[in-house]
Amino acid sequence: MCASGKYNSRGPALIPRMKIKHRIYYITLFSVVLLGLVATGMFQFWPHSIESTADWTLDKRSIHDAPLIRLPVSSPIPERGDLSCRMHTCFDVYRCGYNPKNRIKVYIYPLQRFADELGVPISSTGLSREYNDLLSAISDSDFYTDDVTRACLFIPSIDVLNQNSLRIRETAQALAMLPRWDKGMNHLLFNMLPGGPPDYNTALDVPRDRALLAGGGFSTWTYRQGYDISIPVYSPLSADVELPERQPGPRRYFILSSQTAIHREYRAELERLKEENGEALLLLDKCSNLSQGAASARKRCYKGQVYDYPQILQESSFCVVLRGARLGQATLSDVLQAGCVPVILADSYILPFSEVLDWKRASVVIPEEKLSEMYTILKSIPHRQVEEMQRQARWFWDAYFSSMKAVGLTTLQIINDRIYPYAARTYEQWNNPPVVKWSSVNSPLFLPLIPPRAPGFTAVVLTYDRVESLFRVITEISKVPSLAKLLVVWNNQNKSPPEESLWPKVSVPLKVVRTKENKLSNRFFPYDEIETEAVLAIDDDIIMLTSDELQFGYEVWREFPDRLVGYPGRLHLWDHEMGKWKYESEWTNEVSMVLTGAAFYHKYFNYLYTYKMPGDIKNWVDAHMNCEDIAMNFLVANITGKAPIKVTPRKKFKCPECTAIDGLSLDQTHMVERSECINKFASVFGTMPLKVVEHRADPVLYKDDFPEKLKSFPNIGSL
Amino acid sequence: MQAKKRYLIVLSAGACLALLFCLGGVRLPAAGRRSRHDRSRRSDQPWPHYSDPLHRFQPWDREDTEEFNLHTSPRQKKEANTSAYRGRRCRMDSCFDFSACHRNGFKVYVYPPQKGEKISESYQNILSSIEGSRFYTADPGQACLFVLSLDTLDRDQLSPQYVHNLKTKVQNLPLWNDGRNHLIFNLYSGTWPDYTEDLGFDIGQAMLAKASISADNFRPNFDVSIPLFSKEHPRTGGERGFLKYNSIPPFRKYMLVFKGKRYLTGIGSDTRNALYHVHNAEDVVLLTTCKHGKDWQKHKDARCDKDNAEYDKYDYKEMLHNSTFCLVPRGRRLGSFRFLEALQAACVPVVLSNGWELPFSEIIDWNRATVIGDERLLLQIPTTVRSIHPDKILSLRQQTQFLWEAYFSSVEKIVLTTLEIIQDRVLEHGSRSSLMWNSHPGGLFALPQYSAYQGDFPFYYATLGEGHTGNDLQRSIKPVSLPFFSQILVLWNCDKPLPAKQRWPATSVPVIVIEGENKVMSSRFVPYETIVTDAVLSLDEDTVLSTTEVDFAFTVWQSFPERIVGYPARSHFWDSNKERWGYTSKWTNDYSMVLTGAAFFHRYYHHLYTNYLPTTLKSMVDQLANCEDILMNFLVSAVTKLPPIKVTQKKQYKETMMGQSSRASRWADPDHFAQRQTCMNKFASWFGGMPLIHSQMRLDPVLFKDQVSILRKKYRDIERL
Repeated sequence: MCASGKYNSRGPALIPRMKIKHRIYYITLFSVVLLGLVATGMFQFWPHSIESTADWTLDKRSIHDAPLIRLPVSSPIPERGDLSCRMHTCFDVYRCGYNPKNRIKVYIYPLQRFADELGVPISSTGLSREYNDLLSAISDSDFYTDDVTRACLFIPSIDVLNQNSLRIRETAQALAMLPRWDKGMNHLLFNMLPGGPPDYNTALDVPRDRALLAGGGFSTWTYRQGYDISIPVYSPLSADVELPERQPGPRRYFILSSQTAIHREYRAELERLKEENGEALLLLDKCSNLSQGAASARKRCYKGQVYDYPQILQESSFCVVLRGARLGQATLSDVLQAGCVPVILADSYILPFSEVLDWKRASVVIPEEKLSEMYTILKSIPHRQVEEMQRQARWFWDAYFSSMKAVGLTTLQIINDRIYPYAARTYEQWNNPPVVKWSSVNSPLFLPLIPPRAPGFTAVVLTYDRVESLFRVITEISKVPSLAKLLVVWNNQNKSPPEESLWPKVSVPLKVVRTKENKLSNRFFPYDEIETEAVLAIDDDIIMLTSDELQFGYEVWREFPDRLVGYPGRLHLWDHEMGKWKYESEWTNEVSMVLTGAAFYHKYFNYLYTYKMPGDIKNWVDAHMNCEDIAMNFLVANITGKAPIKVTPRKKFKCPECTAIDGLSLDQTHMVERSECINKFASVFGTMPLKVVEHRADPVLYKDDFPEKLKSFPNIGSL
Repeated sequence: MQAKKRYLIVLSAGACLALLFCLGGVRLPAAGRRSRHDRSRRSDQPWPHYSDPLHRFQPWDREDTEEFNLHTSPRQKKEANTSAYRGRRCRMDSCFDFSACHRNGFKVYVYPPQKGEKISESYQNILSSIEGSRFYTADPGQACLFVLSLDTLDRDQLSPQYVHNLKTKVQNLPLWNDGRNHLIFNLYSGTWPDYTEDLGFDIGQAMLAKASISADNFRPNFDVSIPLFSKEHPRTGGERGFLKYNSIPPFRKYMLVFKGKRYLTGIGSDTRNALYHVHNAEDVVLLTTCKHGKDWQKHKDARCDKDNAEYDKYDYKEMLHNSTFCLVPRGRRLGSFRFLEALQAACVPVVLSNGWELPFSEIIDWNRATVIGDERLLLQIPTTVRSIHPDKILSLRQQTQFLWEAYFSSVEKIVLTTLEIIQDRVLEHGSRSSLMWNSHPGGLFALPQYSAYQGDFPFYYATLGEGHTGNDLQRSIKPVSLPFFSQILVLWNCDKPLPAKQRWPATSVPVIVIEGENKVMSSRFVPYETIVTDAVLSLDEDTVLSTTEVDFAFTVWQSFPERIVGYPARSHFWDSNKERWGYTSKWTNDYSMVLTGAAFFHRYYHHLYTNYLPTTLKSMVDQLANCEDILMNFLVSAVTKLPPIKVTQKKQYKETMMGQSSRASRWADPDHFAQRQTCMNKFASWFGGMPLIHSQMRLDPVLFKDQVSILRKKYRDIERL
C-alpha cells in the first residue's frame, strides 16, 4: 500500500519530461496499478457479500446444528457459589481496565448442546426463546464484543433461566467446560426461577464457583450485595398482551388479588379482608371450568364470573403480589404493566434491580405478618402519592421489565456502573420517568450558599465605540465598594481602544479585552480575567445607576447566587389573538426577565451560555445582533427553574433627559424582533421556562421615615 | 539504460500489484472485525437469531407453590427459616423483634450507667445525643431499641480505652435477651497485626453501628456503617462545610492530594506503599511518612528518607483546602479520618479501600459525592479523576457539603442518622425515599411520619417536575372574597368559653374553631388535620393586615415555599460585651427573623415544630408564653440554611403597637423582651450554633411607590401605611 502510494505520487511529476512512447507505457502501467487497486477494493466487498449470504443461512440455522458435547461422568464440578464474593475479591477488574467510553465489553459463548455420556441433554428444554432473545439483545448492544481476549464479562449460552428444567450436576459440569471458565471469574448467569422442591432455595442451585448471578427471587440471605444482581421474573404476557398506558387516578377496585396459587391461610386472610371491606376488594382465583394451559393463564374467576387477565389489573389501584414457593413472582411484571401499584408481601425478598431502583416510589412493601392490616395501611396513602406510584410502576415496566432485552441490558448497565462508578447513571436517570425528567429541574448550583461579600464582583462592560459614555460608566461603577475588577470588552475591530493614559483613574484593576469579531455573545464569554463568581454585566450607556443601587444589587445577588439579579425588568406575555408570545417592556406589575444591560449573575452561566446553549440560539443571536439578554434569561430560568430578581425601583437607565421610556424601546421593529426572539427560543427549548413574579427587591428601609444617613443604601433612585 | 529503467518500473509495478493483493487479502478479515457497525451482516455474527420453535419460559410456579404449601404453612416455613439465620447471618427478619416498635413507636432506651464503669468522651456524647433526642425513653418496657451504657467504641485490646470482661458484663444485663433489639456502637475493633472486626465479646443478635466495617462482615439492612470520628468531634451543631462559593472552573491548585502514614508491612500497607508511583509533585501530591510508632527506624526501607523529606514540605491543611480531589486510602482498618476531613473541606474524596462499606451506605448515594476507586487500579486513578467533567466536579463538591452538614458534622447527627435509618426499616412502607435522603435538606429534616409523598414537602417541587408546584399550591384555593383563602382556622387559646355562633363574622370560606387542649403557645403550631392547604397564614388575634397585603405575601410565598414569608421583621446580633446573642426589634438595615404574627409558611413546618423539636424547648415556650415565633424562625433557618423573607414596608402590624387599643397584650409586658433574649440563647445552644441568617432586602410589589398612575398598580392598598 505504501509502496504504491509513493509510486503514484511520483508518477505525475515524471510524466511531462518523458517521450510519448514512454508516456503510453506509464499510462498503461498506471492503469494496471489502478486496476489492481479497484480489484482489491472489489475483494474487500466480495468475501463480505459471500459471508453475508452465509449469514442468512446462519440466521436460519437451527439450534440443532450447534455442536453436541458429551460430558464425561468424571468431568469436574465447580464449587458452590461463595457467599463472601464481592466485586473486589471474585471479579477480575483488570479485564475491564481503563476505557475512555467507560463501557464494559461482553462476550457470549457460541451455542453448544451438552449431554451426558448416555446422550441425555442437560436441560429438558434446551435454549428457551426468552434466553435467545436476551442473548440476541446483548449481542446487538454496544456492550458486545466477539473478541474473547478483550472481554470483561462472559455470558455462557447455557440457558439456566428456569432451574426446573435443569439437571443440576450436569449443568455445572457444562459450565466448568467453558474454555474461559477460570473458576467462574467474570461470568454472568441469568436465572429467574431458582430452587426446587422441597425447600425452594432462593438462589440457583447449580454450583457455579465465583460466577455472578443475575437472579430472580433472591432473599436477603442468598443475595450477595454489591455482587449479584436481583432481576425480575419475566412474564411472557409482556410480549403477548398490549395494555395501553392508563392515566393515573382512582380505579374501580381498591385492591385486587389475581394470583392463583395462594396458600390457603393467606387466602383465608384475604377473604376476611374482602368481607370487611366489600366491593373495594376483588379477589380472583383460577377458573375451575377451564382446562389447564395457556388459555387459563389469561382468565381469572370470582364466583363464576370470568375476568380477562391481565386486563383486569388495570381496574385496580393496588394489586397484591404475594410470595409463592418462590419469592420472585411473574405477576409483579403484569401488575406493573397495568400501572397498578404492587403491594409486595414477600418477606426478605430482594426487589428487582433494587441496587438502582427506588421501589418506595413505585410499590408498597408490607410484611407478610401484616396482611390483615393491608387495607388500613393502603388507605393511609395520600391520593397524589398513589397516582405518582401508578405512573412510576408503569415506567419501571416500560424501562426495565417489558422485554428480555430490557432485563438483560439493565443488568449489564448495573455491572457497568459498578466498574466505572464515577460514570454511573444517576438516581434521576434510573428512576425519573420521562415526563419528570423533562419537567424537573436539577439546578447545577443546588447547594444553599450565601457567598461571602469579600471577593466582590467583576464588572464586564461591553462597548463598541461610545468612549465618552463608557468612561462615565466606568467612573460611576468604580465607586461601588465591592467592585473587584473592571473588564472592558472592546467589540470594535476597526478601532483601537483609547490609550491607557486617557482612561479614567480607578482604584481597581481595569482590563481591556479586544475581540476578534463584533458579536454579542462576546459579552458572555468566560474570560480568564473574571476571577470572581459574581459578574456584573453592564452596557456602556447605563449611567443612571447609583453606587448604592449597584452595591445593593450585589448584596441581593449574594442571597440568590443562582439567579439573574438585575435592574431593567421585562415581561413575556401570551398574545391570545396572535397565538404566540409577546415581549413587553411597559412598566407592568410583573417581571419575568431582567436585562443583562445591568445585571449580576454567577460566572457559571457564562460557561453555559458559551458552551451549552441549546440549538442554534447562540448563532442566531450573533447573526441578528439582538436578544442575547433574552437568551440568557431563558438559559438561567430553564436550568434553575427560578425567576430572576429585579432590584430597586430603577426603570430609567440611560440619560436623564429622556422621557419615560427609553428611545430604543419605542422602536416598533425592535419590539417585534424581541417578540420573535421569545417565540424562537421557546420553540428551541421546547417549553417556556420563564417564570413570572410580582415582586422586586428593595433595601429593608427603602422609603422608610428614618434618618437617611443610618440607612445602608440611602441613594436608591426613584425611577 | 532506458530498457533497464523500463523493466525496473514494470517490475516494481508488478511487485506493487502483488503487494496490493497480498495486503488487501490479509487485511480483509481484520478490517471486518474492527469495524462493526452493521453486525447482522457479517461472518462473525455474534449470536444467531435462532428462528427455531423454541421452548417458552414458563414462570408460573403454580404447581410448585401448591406442592410447597401442602406440608407447611408459609408462616411455619418462615419461622423455621428465621431461626436458622442468626449471628453473622442476622437480618431484621430473623434477629429483630418488631412488635415492641409497632406497639409503642420507635423508642430508644439507654441502660443506666454502671458504677465503676468509665465511659469515654465520645461514647458519652453518643449516649447524651440519644437521651436528648425525641426517640429517648426512660422506660425499658416502652423501648424498641436498647443501647448499652458499657463503652464498646474502642475494642482494640492495646488501647487504654478498652473495657475488660465485657463478655460477662453484657451477659449479666437483665434485658440483654441475647442482644435482641440492641444496638452496639463501635469505632475500632481488632488490633495489630490482623485487625479483625471481632468485638471480643458475643454480640448475639444485636445490631452493629460500626466504623470501618467491611462488606464481608456487614449484614445488609441490619448493621449500620458509621463514619470514623475523632474525640474532638463536636457533640451538637458542628462546623459548617468549608465551601463558601461555587468557583468556576471548579479546578483547584492541586488535582489530587494525600498526606498520611505509610505502613511498610502488614495489612493495608500495599496501597499506601504504592502511592509514590502516582505522585508527581505538581498537581498530584501524595505524601507518606514512615515516622510513626516507636521503632520506625528499624523497619524503614530505601524510600523512607526521601519520602519523609517530601512529606515535611507540604502543609496538610493547605493541601486539603486547595485540592479538587482528596485520596482516602485504607489504613490498617478500612475507614480513616481522612474521609470526613475531605468531606468537610469540599475536597471530593477518592476512596481507595476495597470492601469498605461506606458510612450510611444504606441511604446515601455515595456516587453523588465521591469517586469510588479500586485499590487494584491505583495507577489509573490520576487518569480517572482527570476525565471527570467540570460540571460533575461542581455537583460532587456541593454534595460533599450537603452530606457533611446533614449527617456528619456532629456526633448527634451521626447518632440520629443511625437511629433514623433503623426507624425507616421499622416503618417500612412509610419510610423515606432515596431522594429525600440524598437531597437538601436531608433525611433528618424530612420526617416520613408527616407524609411519604415528596410533593407534600416544600423542598422537592423542582426535582419532581413543574407540575407539582402549580397543583400543590392551588389545590384547595378557591376564588372567594379573599381570593386565595380556602379556610380559616381559629385557635381558641383562652380559658373563656367560645363566643356564641352568631357572634362570629360572616365569611364565605369555612371557619373552623379549634379549642386548644392545653391552651399553650406551642399549640399554635400543632399540625391540625383540618389544615389541608400547603400554605398556612399565621396571624395573631390583634394583627391588622389588609387583604391586599395578604394576597401579595401569598404570591411571594409561592416563589419561596420553603421559607417564612411575612411582615414583622426582627434581627439578632452578637453582643460581644455580654458574650451572648441579642434580639432587637429596632428598625435596622437587615433582619433575620419574620415573626409568625403575620406570616406565610408551609404547613410542614407545623409538623416539624411539633415533632422535631425537643420537649425542653417547647415547654420553655409554653411556660413563658413567648418566643414561639423565634423558635419557628430558628427551625426554618436551620432547615433551609437561608434567611426568611420580609415583604413590603409595613412594620407595625398590631393594634397595640399602633396605640389604637387599650387592651393588654403580652407584647406590652416589660419582661417580654428580656425573655426573648434568654430564648435566643437557649435555642442557639440546643441547635449547637446560630442558624439564623441575615438578609438585607425585602420584597415589594414591582411598582411599589413608583411615580406612575395608581391605577396601573395591582397592589394599591399596600402603599397606604
